[in-house]
Amino acid sequence: MANEHPQHRIGAKQDARAEQVNALLARTPPVIAPGHTFDSVTETISHTVLSKKTPLGWFLGFGIAFALLMVLNMTIGKLLLTGIGIWGNNVPVGWAFDIINFVWWIGIGHAGTLISAILLLFRQQWRTSINRFAEAMTLFAVACAAMFPLLHTGRPWLAAYWLFPYPNTMGLWPQFRSPLIWDVFAVSTYGTVSALFWFTGLVPDMATLRDRAKSRAAQVIYGMLSLGWRGSARHWQRYEMAYLLLAGISTPLVLSVHSVVSFDFAVSVLPGWHATIFPPYFVAGAIYSGFAMVMTLAIPLRKFYGMEDFITMRHIHNMTKVMLATGMIVAYGYANEAFFAWFAGNPYESYMMYNRMTGPYAVFYWSLIAINAVMIQLFWFRKVRDNIALLFILSLFVNVGMWLERFIIIVTSLHRDFLPSSWDMYAPTRWDFGMFVGTIGLFLALFFLFIRFLPAIAMFEMRTLVEEETHELERPGMV
Amino acid sequence: MAHDAPTPTLYGLMAEFDQPKALVAAADKARLAGYRNMDAYSPIPIEELGEALGLRRTRLPILVFLGGLFGCLGGFGLAYWTQVFAYPMNVGARPYNSWPQFIPVTFETTVLGAALTAFIGMWALNRLPQPYHPVFNVPEFARASTDRFFLCIEATDARFDPRSTRQFLEGLHPVGVSEVAL
Repeated sequence: MANEHPQHRIGAKQDARAEQVNALLARTPPVIAPGHTFDSVTETISHTVLSKKTPLGWFLGFGIAFALLMVLNMTIGKLLLTGIGIWGNNVPVGWAFDIINFVWWIGIGHAGTLISAILLLFRQQWRTSINRFAEAMTLFAVACAAMFPLLHTGRPWLAAYWLFPYPNTMGLWPQFRSPLIWDVFAVSTYGTVSALFWFTGLVPDMATLRDRAKSRAAQVIYGMLSLGWRGSARHWQRYEMAYLLLAGISTPLVLSVHSVVSFDFAVSVLPGWHATIFPPYFVAGAIYSGFAMVMTLAIPLRKFYGMEDFITMRHIHNMTKVMLATGMIVAYGYANEAFFAWFAGNPYESYMMYNRMTGPYAVFYWSLIAINAVMIQLFWFRKVRDNIALLFILSLFVNVGMWLERFIIIVTSLHRDFLPSSWDMYAPTRWDFGMFVGTIGLFLALFFLFIRFLPAIAMFEMRTLVEEETHELERPGMV
Repeated sequence: MAHDAPTPTLYGLMAEFDQPKALVAAADKARLAGYRNMDAYSPIPIEELGEALGLRRTRLPILVFLGGLFGCLGGFGLAYWTQVFAYPMNVGARPYNSWPQFIPVTFETTVLGAALTAFIGMWALNRLPQPYHPVFNVPEFARASTDRFFLCIEATDARFDPRSTRQFLEGLHPVGVSEVAL
């Protein structure tokens, strides 16, 4: 009796513990809905691509995106014929929409690399169904971003010798001490590596499409893109190694890209820009805004293409949590900026902060604080994380909030600097807006083409996930 | 090797399985039975297959390291040579070799060199793109990219014999065994 009693108590404790763990596990939605097989995941994903019928909604969405893309073409045409005088840039605000939108788009791209590379290294299974389209988003965002500095040169065909180190008859070389040249290297490397990573991931899926396609044209096109992939064990071995290495290389790369972007500001001596917190603060902001864009794209995608089994509530919850965490880092950055403006005792620095909070652009400053520091606190609540419609709206707000952040950082520091005699106001023109809206059109048009012609979810990785999940169930001793 | 095979048009014999575990077990048995020239085909990467088939580790990591090293030296060398020799410019009386400012570019070219090597190296070692391969002659092989697993013992193997190898493969309880035409 005396012996049994404590044992019995321990047993009861363990039972209670196991019950708690089970209750917690039951609250966590699965990364893939149960009951899926290799064939069912492959069929569901490839059907969207190989089906002859294109949903009407696709034409509607693509049509709107294409119309906006034409706005971009018109703006670029006007810009090249007239010059960048059509923009609102002036002295002292020498760069405005071109750099705001550049930073905004580049930041959006960062979530794709985070999901595909960093979460792979951390063995986060939930990355699997969202990595493919997040990587596509990265590529398209980088394409949109690169357009702004290139067109800001006014004569992009001459930009080759201003930006890239190539031997030319004038004997000119770029200035390697300038953050702007670091930017060229960082962004072009980022674009290239993202494209390589994306294409590498696509090859086994191209083979699947080749084998399942009914039409000759699809067989030939996907056949060529598959490079003759046949799923050989020797190939898979090198493939997995290359994929892992690319993920390992991309991880420091993605952190470096937004750090280098922040150097564009931090290396200067302007109040509000010359701050050591800029690199980590920019990287966190990039991931925060990028996840907001992934949400903005994932929520309609899973709804209209019936992908709820693959992009589950687990993904939505986790993305919301990443946004909350990175958003809090960004909010810390704002607090840090305000604190040092006061603590440093530098009159220019403290005036910059005072001007941000009470000056002519104060409404934008307080809006970004309201979104990026206050609104995101809603993400703490499970009720909010479960509400898809609300999350979609909140993610749009985050996109706006991060755009406003870049507007405030760039415009308020420039428009009132050291000499009050050179102060001026900045206002964008309709061409500024045309180009911005146009790149959104380019981004969406590319995205619509992507979901129609390429598998938006990585099929071979989903099959691997199905295999792992079945083993998980078989394994004994799982609580 | 050609005189061993009665039909020189044969690439090998291929057994089809419906479970990854069955394929790994089959590959294991085939290696223990002394077969060497063989390959397994699957719609997902299977880690255990490397050991079962007796594959060597890939050289890719060393190549990627060398690619990264080349990118690193090339990037720094470019910055150093242009700023010190080809186009020296005095910025605020700083030294021409202001090496800390060359680091961001050096880092990016290191990454670029390593990534390009990983990409090109992997496809080159895999001998891809390869538009034609005999395994595609088997109609069932179309499912190798969806939900079927294949083990192909090639006719070039020293122990290959059309009859005994077929018997061996059938003993592994596959879904089916097919001849792979060359």
